Amino acid sequence: MSPDVLMWLAIVAGGLAVYAIKLVGHLLPEHWLAEPRVARTAALVTVALLSALVAIQTFASGQGLTVDARLPALVVAAIALALRAPFLVVVVLGAAVAAGVRALGWMA
Amino acid sequence: MAAAVSSAVRLARREALGVSVATGLYGISFGALSVAAGLSVLQTVVLSLIMFSGGSQFAFVGVIAAGGGGPAAVATGALVGVRNALYGARMAPLLGLHGWRRLLAAQVTIDESTADATAQEQPRAVREGFWWTGVGIYVLWNSFVTLGAFAGNALGDPRTWGLDAAAAAAFLGLVWARLADPVARWVGVGAAVVALALTPVLPAGLPVLAAAAVAVVVGWWRPGSDGPGGDGTGGEGADGESLVPDDERAGQ
Repeated sequence: MSPDVLMWLAIVAGGLAVYAIKLVGHLLPEHWLAEPRVARTAALVTVALLSALVAIQTFASGQGLTVDARLPALVVAAIALALRAPFLVVVVLGAAVAAGVRALGWMA
Repeated sequence: MAAAVSSAVRLARREALGVSVATGLYGISFGALSVAAGLSVLQTVVLSLIMFSGGSQFAFVGVIAAGGGGPAAVATGALVGVRNALYGARMAPLLGLHGWRRLLAAQVTIDESTADATAQEQPRAVREGFWWTGVGIYVLWNSFVTLGAFAGNALGDPRTWGLDAAAAAAFLGLVWARLADPVARWVGVGAAVVALALTPVLPAGLPVLAAAAVAVVVGWWRPGSDGPGGDGTGGEGADGESLVPDDERAGQ
């Protein structure tokens, strides 16, 4: 199959999977999911995956690890978040710092 | 009594509108990053309409951007969305829906709609808070995702504009409020280290999935961990069973 067909399959499968998870919550008896261990694990899974994605999006380059303009961008984003900047401001700042650092030729 | 109900309901609607606008706006960043990751404008919009959960959507395109395959992207997006099942279980008895309404309610069961609904006290305000926030965000989020996708398409090379770094900033923004809890912070650091350590040895996409194991180990087996506030999110309600961190009212 062509890469485009595979991408469409992934999009539909991923979308339906996330919808099915939401629906399961509405259909299962409440006490099944009310167990503290289930709630805690689900919340931590979200934290772990998002944190892993922060790391990969900052340092991964194919199968290698590298330090480039994305690192100063992440540092600035963290400072903005600590100062309670809105999400969109954080994202735009991250892009601007990386673009600026690259334009100045400081980091690849 | 009727007046009290309607003022609580009005307040719930006003809150819903504010959260919808704030959340909808950053759909722009998802649209642009999704196109930068290699999805077409149409693929970006369809993904957003069906999946409709910010964290899962960002995770899906993040794995694709890192060179991962479709199955890894699906699995990561789904795992990031597992918490939505808990929101559904929380909302179902409060909404008391059946049939097609329940199918619709499931689609708009996300961080913000659950947070807004469970913050209300009047039963009718709970229901209205849920629907106005859920539907409001659905409409605005997907509109801005479309806008962002077209904008991203027009930008050209994503690296010139720092869009690769914007993705890292976006994930940090998504996880930030959840790191208020010390256990969550350690899980986050552990997951990041595991993902980086496995990057040279596993195909792209799998290191992120493997990092989820850190959460399962800590969440499921941590001894004596069923004390108060142990949901790992830093979330807390007056009744101690809120699943959504307060800060999440500002982010999906």
